Amino acid sequence: MKEITYEQVVETVSELCMSANYYLGEDVIQSLKEGIAKEKSETGVKVLEQLVENAAIASANQVPMCQDTGVAVVFLEVGQEVHITGGDLYQAVNEGVAKGYVEGYLRKSMVNDPLIRKNTNDNTPAVIHTKIVPGDNLTITVAPKGGGSENMSAIKMLPPSAGRQGVIDFVLETVKNAGPNPCPPIVVGVGIGGNFEKAALLAKEALLRPVGSVNPNEELAELEKELLESINKLGIGPQGFGGVVTALDVHVNTFPCHIASLPVAVNINCHAARHKTKTI
Amino acid sequence: MAEKYLKAPLTDQDVSELTIGDQVYISGIIYTARDAAHKRLVELLDKGEELPLELEGQILFYVGPSPAKPGAVIGSAGPTTSYRMDAYTPALLDKGLKGMIGKGSRSQEVKESIVKNKAVYFAAVGGAAALTAQRIKKAEVIAYPDLGPEAIHKLEVENLPVIVVNDSFGRDLYQEGMKKYQS
Ligand code: SF4
Repeated sequence: MKEITYEQVVETVSELCMSANYYLGEDVIQSLKEGIAKEKSETGVKVLEQLVENAAIASANQVPMCQDTGVAVVFLEVGQEVHITGGDLYQAVNEGVAKGYVEGYLRKSMVNDPLIRKNTNDNTPAVIHTKIVPGDNLTITVAPKGGGSENMSAIKMLPPSAGRQGVIDFVLETVKNAGPNPCPPIVVGVGIGGNFEKAALLAKEALLRPVGSVNPNEELAELEKELLESINKLGIGPQGFGGVVTALDVHVNTFPCHIASLPVAVNINCHAARHKTKTI
Repeated sequence: MAEKYLKAPLTDQDVSELTIGDQVYISGIIYTARDAAHKRLVELLDKGEELPLELEGQILFYVGPSPAKPGAVIGSAGPTTSYRMDAYTPALLDKGLKGMIGKGSRSQEVKESIVKNKAVYFAAVGGAAALTAQRIKKAEVIAYPDLGPEAIHKLEVENLPVIVVNDSFGRDLYQEGMKKYQS
């Protein structure tokens, strides 16, 4: 049994909130640079150059790459041999989010209630997803998610007869409807199967995979490739100004499902594809 | 794609020389406003009361910056999605507003009002907020401080990079650009 203190969780979450917002992942930066070489539109190239420059300025000055520092989405992988001491784990996460957003000069974008809409002023509460795993580690991932891209995400319960083509059509339709709003180039997370809420979570988790990584499942790797190529033929381009680099990558996650359903969720992430992980 | 340098506020002549896809660098004075500030401005217009700023020739930047670090002029400051302002925009254009900076498509009504009033809609690169902040040299709240990041700020900018999306001739870069690269 390993003991992890409440304070350790607070500190780790706080640091991750700041670093996720200041430092864009190398995988994304690399992919933006490759996009500059691929992009056919002159305006599109300018945009991609600005995004690479923006990432450099943000990390050099330790300021958020985007002013929308998002909802703090926190993934916890809790080893079953771990014992959290000194308080409530979720409270520690929220205290860490408040500390990170206040001390890190990050924008507070959470309102207390979806209809009353009063700002909570410290970006809490976080949206927390917990998994119990073997071992004695606690792995924390903070993935701030902006409103522009989250608002363009969609879920649909397809009939099983729609099959692979039905999934492709729905992903393309979602990306097309989103147009310039989610700040392309985007990263697309697709969750197929499970049930209604499982599909959405699969799509969200798919966004945590490094940009440029290939799915270990061959069939899914093929589907990802086909989706990426089709999306980049839509013509939306960087920021929607027209071009061939609309998406940097597409990641697909699947899960078994009911004989009567084929749930598909599409979670769109902007180029500010932020997430940082630490294991205690 | 042409590169142009403009001084804000804008004249009719400035606007008439802009076409979709132009990369424009704006210097001078612009103002920030998001949903809440727009709502208040239009309420004042409806009541026939005076606005806290003179709109003639001005550019509004749809932005809610992150908090400024100590010693910094402003926090990260990229554009927010523009359609939320669509309901209010035509009334402001009728009052002399010449330019808007945001991201994403505008409604048909806004596009028509842009043509009618000889105005222009620019997009700044969404998410390039740290870079944009560097081009902001001064920031001062001039109205609605109770709105926090949504208060109306007067900004002095230097070479703020934006792209012309809707020009005064009724063209739309989002539509034409996408068509051009569809395959
Ligand atoms: S969609 Fe992403 S990059 Fe665009 S404004 Fe929102 S958080 Fe920033």
